[in-house]
Amino acid sequence: MADVTNILLAGVGGQGILLASEVLSEVTLLAGFDVKKNEIHGMSQRGGSVVSHVRYGDKVYSSIIPEGEVDILFSFEMLETRRYLPLLRAGGKVIINNWKIAPPSVALGKQAYPENLAEDIQAQFPDTRVVDGLDLALEAGNSKTVNVVLLGALSNVLDFDRELWLAALKKMIPERLLDINLKAFELGCQVK
Amino acid sequence: MNKVLLSGNEAIARGAYEAGVLVASAYPGTPSTEILENVTRYKEIDASWAPNEKVALEVGIGASFGGARALVTMKHVGVNVAADPLFTLSYTGVRGGLVLVTADDPELHSSQNEQDNRNYAKFVKMPMFEPADSQEALDFTRLGFELSEQFDTPVFLRSTTRISHSKSVVELGERTNDIQEPKLERNAAKLVMLPGNARRRHYDVERRIADLEEWSCTQSFNRIEKGAGKIGVITSGVSYQYVKEVLPEADVLKIGLVYPLPKNLIREFAAAYDELYVVEELDPFIEEQVKAMGIGISGKDKLSLCGELTPGRLKQGMFGDASPSEETSADLPQRPPNMCPGCPHRGVFMELNRAKAYVTGDIGCYTLGFMPPLSAMDTCVCMGASIGNATGISKVLSAEEQRKVVAVIGDSTFLHTGINGLMDMVYNQSASTVIILDNRITAMTGRQENPTSGFTLGDEQTFRVDMEQLCRAVGVKHVVSIDPYNIALTRKTIREEMARPEVSVIITTRPCMLVPRDNLERRTPLYVDHDKCTGCQACLRLGCPAITWDAANKKSNIDKIICTGCQVCQQTCGFDAFQKCGE
Repeated sequence: MADVTNILLAGVGGQGILLASEVLSEVTLLAGFDVKKNEIHGMSQRGGSVVSHVRYGDKVYSSIIPEGEVDILFSFEMLETRRYLPLLRAGGKVIINNWKIAPPSVALGKQAYPENLAEDIQAQFPDTRVVDGLDLALEAGNSKTVNVVLLGALSNVLDFDRELWLAALKKMIPERLLDINLKAFELGCQVK
Repeated sequence: MNKVLLSGNEAIARGAYEAGVLVASAYPGTPSTEILENVTRYKEIDASWAPNEKVALEVGIGASFGGARALVTMKHVGVNVAADPLFTLSYTGVRGGLVLVTADDPELHSSQNEQDNRNYAKFVKMPMFEPADSQEALDFTRLGFELSEQFDTPVFLRSTTRISHSKSVVELGERTNDIQEPKLERNAAKLVMLPGNARRRHYDVERRIADLEEWSCTQSFNRIEKGAGKIGVITSGVSYQYVKEVLPEADVLKIGLVYPLPKNLIREFAAAYDELYVVEELDPFIEEQVKAMGIGISGKDKLSLCGELTPGRLKQGMFGDASPSEETSADLPQRPPNMCPGCPHRGVFMELNRAKAYVTGDIGCYTLGFMPPLSAMDTCVCMGASIGNATGISKVLSAEEQRKVVAVIGDSTFLHTGINGLMDMVYNQSASTVIILDNRITAMTGRQENPTSGFTLGDEQTFRVDMEQLCRAVGVKHVVSIDPYNIALTRKTIREEMARPEVSVIITTRPCMLVPRDNLERRTPLYVDHDKCTGCQACLRLGCPAITWDAANKKSNIDKIICTGCQVCQQTCGFDAFQKCGE
């Protein structure tokens, strides 16, 4: 379905992926699109691999993105980016958070964390942007705002008015945390 | 227009609210849990967690008999627990409408099997709706209550993980004003299911299913969508979405009520095509019934009996072309779920591993004790099974081997169906050690209250079950409570109780790290003093996500951001290398 845009969010449980996909879905709804979002809760939240599918367009059927039709891989962790890369269509875009989280086999010294991931991904998909999300989140004042920093970076490759992003953030984020998150979003927007 | 994004579970909760439901009861279970949590947003509804699914359904039945509309929700395997009242509820029928949500889990994202609960509808002789998105989840829930009262039957609403946990656009309605005032009304011939009454009711049940089958042929939730007119596809639920995605040209008979099937409508549809398919996940539930009608149709010859459907899998089944998948990344390090940093269960499993215990396990976060490096779980069957399994296995072993057997069960699971097993173990004079990991919450499903937490679903303080007293009351003489953060004590207690040739219960008493109410004051994180660390890797046996091995320096490290300061690792270190940050 050419008129549907498919964004796959990937990362590790605890990184704030579900909130990010909530905000993104809300933006597309505010923009007047049909939207579906899909993810698995439960086991995956215990530090496991997490994905969230967001699809929007005039009419969306499946909430799972058809395999190989991901337009944008929006990833919160290096290794997870690589894991879901086969689902990206040729010429697709990648946004990677420059953050490595050791999976159990690496933490136990049984396996090595793959090297040169960003370079390999970039070679395969030229439209790849690497974001220093954690540094920017700390600059905003809280390491937990890394998901909103990344949303800022994502907003640069999507065609939605800035007001829609701000409205969605205001709706989804508790008031006491809003200022720090708006700052995080701005810092993300500055990543080109 | 009031359009919002809702998950299937949120939509079911909304549908119950709009339908005028007064009582909702459930036991948590992925992917059903969020339904009741969302019901609490509607103060008009009395919503509560029951200790198990059977009780939840019995509470719902009682409310229905009192004249109120009642919602009962559970995961697919929960229906097994509730099956006893359910089969007879089909005979009594209802007073206030009753909808039972079964949230199935094709692909076993978070379950021990992937049973297809559409089979229950046929077995229990109860109509079943199957929504294909959140709007239908809301609409079918509302409709379910009307149908329930119109046909005097309980009604199933079957969701799956991809419906329950997907969000899509929903238009909200208002709560109905037409709510009957509950009051007592006696009707023994209908509600007292002794053989004489039940025999008569069985005829009503069979008549009801025949009536429903005829009626559903004319309802808009079963509809034909015209395509190019070449191939016909019969489908329902989430599979419908994949059909529209992958076979946009097909003519589709979309079934909203999957039991009883609208047979005349199916006959009429099938007659128009030479090429006819059923697209459904798991069992050939529709396919077998259509074939029994004498209609030639293709289905499970193309699609797997196992796992969920996806657009790619449907494409592969229909056209044979393989789709890309993340499984092609299989050489990458996997990232399975793990117990959280600071989880009070971790040290217990490390010690069970060291004691070479044969662990009969159970369902909860602690099932992750199976994962390496803890690797301390030998069986896991269903909720509450650990204790009965330990009894049975002990019966057939020598006295020496018997002592290796340890049943491990969480607080919520113990109260769900474990207590009966303990009663049996004592009553029938078996001998085994039982460890109750009491973290005072139903943790795995996302931290729901239960009778050991002291709080209700509505966050009100309530009576808290005294675990020690409960175990003593069923006859256990040796009950000991321990702090699982004290590793020496945990080790000593486990070994002592395993050696004891009688039933004994060890209760671990630290609450879940993720429950803010019970959190200890967040302790100072630790660091590894590399001058002292000898690289012996003893700490790695804990499998704590905060501890990583630095292969270059051959030393352990701690991630200060996620370390909770539980100090269990400190007790595994023989070289005093773990120190508090800032000291």
